[in-house]
Amino acid sequence: MRRILKILLALALAGAAVFWWITRPQIAGPEVLAGLTPDLAQGEQVFFAGGCSSCHAAAEATGEARLILSGGLALPSPFGTFVAPNISPSPAGIGGWSALDLYNAMRNGVSPEGAHYFPAFPYASYVRASAQDIVSLHAYMMTLPASDAPSKPHQVGFPFNIRRSLGAWKFLFLKPGWVLEAELNSAETRGRYLVEALGHCAECHSPRNLLGGTRSNLWMAGAPNPTGPGNIPNITPGKLLWSEADIAEYLSSGFTPEYDTAGGHMVNVIANTSKLPASDRAAIAAYLKRVPALP
Amino acid sequence: MRIKKIMTGSAAALALAGILSSTMVFAASHSTPESAAAKARQSQMQLYAHNLGVLGGMAKGATAYDADTAQAAADNLAALVALKQIGYWLPNSSTDDMEGTAALPAIWQAGSDVGAKGKAMADAVMAMQAAAGSLEGVQASIGALGGACGACHKAYRKPSN
Repeated sequence: MRRILKILLALALAGAAVFWWITRPQIAGPEVLAGLTPDLAQGEQVFFAGGCSSCHAAAEATGEARLILSGGLALPSPFGTFVAPNISPSPAGIGGWSALDLYNAMRNGVSPEGAHYFPAFPYASYVRASAQDIVSLHAYMMTLPASDAPSKPHQVGFPFNIRRSLGAWKFLFLKPGWVLEAELNSAETRGRYLVEALGHCAECHSPRNLLGGTRSNLWMAGAPNPTGPGNIPNITPGKLLWSEADIAEYLSSGFTPEYDTAGGHMVNVIANTSKLPASDRAAIAAYLKRVPALP
Repeated sequence: MRIKKIMTGSAAALALAGILSSTMVFAASHSTPESAAAKARQSQMQLYAHNLGVLGGMAKGATAYDADTAQAAADNLAALVALKQIGYWLPNSSTDDMEGTAALPAIWQAGSDVGAKGKAMADAVMAMQAAAGSLEGVQASIGALGGACGACHKAYRKPSN
């Protein structure tokens, strides 16, 4: 009996050790950025492609005010409400961050203090961002206006507020590879990078499982709207029947082929995509035509 | 006697048919000042969309640029934004009050900036009207116009599913 207890205790300890090992925050060292130099113009493009303003600028901000990343958007979820923090270059934001800090935040979902971020911050997409793009983005973000507005706390209850458990979430759902593995031409390849990495389109356009992981078998098939009534539409070729030119135009002016316009959060997205080169909008459209069609 | 009975029956049937059909017509239209106002708003939006479609089609290369056609569409938009819309936006005609509209109550609530957003659209239309004489002008102006439409839809239109 005593022997069995000892074995059980050993197994429990081993299990805890494995859990502790799996859930530890993992960060990259400075070697991942070795030899990379920032390019401010490129950083600005990454900033718009990444859609930082859509959540981190004040909800009603337009024009230049969208560059003040004081935080604010509340994202309700089954796990609680996440509030986008201040990421402006001030002590209240990311003022003291190195490029490597930004790299580890975006690709590994780990803060400079070594804590897991909640995946409301779309690192499950940004994990595919290139180191060069992150270095340039870091330099660009440091040129933006500083805001001293303190970040608001997330409203997340037990047990989801145990940050360590997010290591298990990452073990299950943080995958650096591409979702669409296919022979792609250069425009489609660029589009895949813009959609799957920087644009993080699937964070809203794909449904999630019970644990909040994106369901890659229903890639871009639409999902409930996290920030308001209605649904985020299916944008696979099964439902989105627009031509590539129509999609590119929508991402530029916001006009649908019927000359209605986007509404809701997509208005923020278009405020960003309209600032990309036309070739990038065409690349996004080309990629979306290659996504498996779903009803 | 028998004839009279038949006639009475026919008259009753006719009267009943008349009541039924008028009830049905009433049910089908069920027109109130508010629902009529919502229809007027939607008609206005249709006219915007048609003229924007002319300009947008040229901007994205779906149709060939033609200066006269482009100018006419831009002039139409200018005429449309000049219409006095006070009678379109009646109180109690929001999604809280009735079916058949996507107009959110925030339009009428304190802090609404719907007037400023309307002014922004009028400004974007004026810019388009001044620029429609060239394809480059249309292409340079269509984005701001879309942005002005979208800004109002984001704040004040209920999303469709």
